[in-house]
Amino acid sequence: MGKDDLIGGALWENYSRKVSQRMDNPAHRGELTEADARRLGGRLVVADHGAEACGDAVRLYWVVDPATHVIKAAKFKSFGCGTAIASSDMMAELCMGHTVDEASRITNLDVEKALRDDSAVPAVPPQKMHCSVMAYDVIKKAVALYKGVDLASLETETIVCECGRVSLGTVKDAIRLNDLRTVEDITHYTKAGGFCKSCIQPGGHEKRRHYLVDILAETRAEMAKEKLRAGSGSDDFASMTSVRKMKAVEKVLEESVRAMLAADGGDVELVDLKDTPEGVEIYIAYHGACRGCPSAGAGTLAAIEGVLKQKLRHPIKVVPV
Amino acid sequence: MKRIYLDNNATTIVDPLVRQAMDPFFCERYGNPNSLHQFGTEVHPDLRVAMNRLYAGINAGDADDILLNGCATEGNNTVLKGVWFDHIRNGAKDHIITTSVEHPCVGNTARFLQTLGVKVTFLPVNRDARVEADAVRDAITSRTALVSVMWANNETGIVFPVKEIAEVCRQKGVLFHTDAVQAIGKVKVDVQEVPVDFLTFSAHKFHGPKGAGGLFIRKGLRLPPLLHGGEQMAGKRAGTLNVASVVGMGLAMELAVRNLPFEDAEVRRLRDRLEDALAKIPDTMVIGRRELRVPNTTFLSVRGVEGEALLWDLNKNGIAASTGSACASESLEASPIISAIGAGPELSHTGIRLSLSRFTTQDEVDTAVDVFAQAVGRLRAISSTY
Repeated sequence: MGKDDLIGGALWENYSRKVSQRMDNPAHRGELTEADARRLGGRLVVADHGAEACGDAVRLYWVVDPATHVIKAAKFKSFGCGTAIASSDMMAELCMGHTVDEASRITNLDVEKALRDDSAVPAVPPQKMHCSVMAYDVIKKAVALYKGVDLASLETETIVCECGRVSLGTVKDAIRLNDLRTVEDITHYTKAGGFCKSCIQPGGHEKRRHYLVDILAETRAEMAKEKLRAGSGSDDFASMTSVRKMKAVEKVLEESVRAMLAADGGDVELVDLKDTPEGVEIYIAYHGACRGCPSAGAGTLAAIEGVLKQKLRHPIKVVPV
Repeated sequence: MKRIYLDNNATTIVDPLVRQAMDPFFCERYGNPNSLHQFGTEVHPDLRVAMNRLYAGINAGDADDILLNGCATEGNNTVLKGVWFDHIRNGAKDHIITTSVEHPCVGNTARFLQTLGVKVTFLPVNRDARVEADAVRDAITSRTALVSVMWANNETGIVFPVKEIAEVCRQKGVLFHTDAVQAIGKVKVDVQEVPVDFLTFSAHKFHGPKGAGGLFIRKGLRLPPLLHGGEQMAGKRAGTLNVASVVGMGLAMELAVRNLPFEDAEVRRLRDRLEDALAKIPDTMVIGRRELRVPNTTFLSVRGVEGEALLWDLNKNGIAASTGSACASESLEASPIISAIGAGPELSHTGIRLSLSRFTTQDEVDTAVDVFAQAVGRLRAISSTY
């Protein structure tokens, strides 16, 4: 909060120029028919998502080459606000020329990023992000339709927010993809919880099977666990942060170096560490018998460096200070 | 491009006569009316004229109070929080009745009081988008401290039966407050005819300046001040008087009341002309019976066209309107009035409000109809639901 947040009313001011232009003149609006499909030598796919009652509805048309699975033409129709229309238009554009599998990997974030004027400035204000989520969902439906696989499972998916027809999968995906941390964020991205609010937490006017507060807590816990697992499983010294590098070096010194020095009444202290173009420079201070020992600048030094290089599998230079 | 302003329920143009009347109080007669010297005292006659105009405008008696304040939000906060302070906090009562379609400055203040333990009943509207007096009567208990029902609704323009509700409250011995922000200058507001206890209004809704409002308190009643400080308003609302705005509000009130016959005839004629033309577009639906509405407001739903998208196209063509669509609000919350009417949830995303004023011309209305029809055509061609 602060100066820029106090006046408010800046919804439209926060749309990118691309969003405005596509709202005013969506290049890919319209329909594709069986006749178009025959003319282009492909298969027609028509996918629907949302409903007028939800505030957003989009229909995606594809003509797909059955041999290469390349989307040869894409068009859309959309009931929705300006950002919904602009997102649908960009979504159709991003599909074209790609295979169905490639298209299935397009996310709402890709759509939103493609609508930015400046790569560092979001194309739409946060509460309008849900419009791009809708573009993502309709692609998934089109993919399922084309492959004839998931449609049944899509239709029987667990709905968290009935008003907005938002599924458990959509909520979990939105939390993961966008690193969401609050129920308000979930509402901004998915619309879940933005209507009757029953699904936010127990105590609303309707009892629900799933509540956003619980889904958020569970998904964040899963994410934290995965991150931890990924972090501890990684032996890649180069990709560690400086703090983790210091800890890794300290661990090697403790486990494999200090006992060797202690036998001669010496010790070593890790002072600092610096990334260089060649690798990493590790600064150490000698203590005890090591101080002033002629070998400290030659044989001992080379031995420490060798152990570190071997254990950490990284180009390392040890510098006594 | 000539711009056309059809969002007069949000705010209005300041009448040039009002602005002219305010002008001397910035650089010439800028004294503080509480000062003893000439600079202070020379503005007193103008303030008295303004007060006379405000009292006459709502037919208040000389022994009643009209506290000058900053806005209707302030007035409504003063009433709700004051009633809590004097009648609920001490345990005498514990209940407030209001409606589910009040402006947030009533609704959210009531919700704040809930956090202090107050029981609040939010009465729903019926299919006419109104709250009837019987519903209020049924909701009143021996613990009810206050009933607060707006005079006219900002979104639909529907006029609520405040006279009947005020009489019910009087019979039951319960205080009655009405937010008359959308009523002043559109319909007759007379506190002798309608026995309200508290009434609030705001100058910028009737061609006065922003940042000036009034709170009527019937003779014999008291509310603790929301703002403590100096002796202004007899200690009931502290803060240096906004002299220029008070002068402007006084004249604006007089002009609003004087123009009521014009509002009822000419503004109504233009609104009906607009509404009839828009209703000819296939699959549009006007919300609320005409005879129940203020003369300046039309609220309609256009099937297959989302409200914010329509607002966008109108704005591109210089026309200012408003939407109750959930998409256009920060919170993605649909207006409760729309679902209450029972016309289906689609309506919560397709509602568009056009509100006229005595400054609206027939040319403007006709241009707006053309632009509106074109916008609906374009958006329906894109729409997947039409």
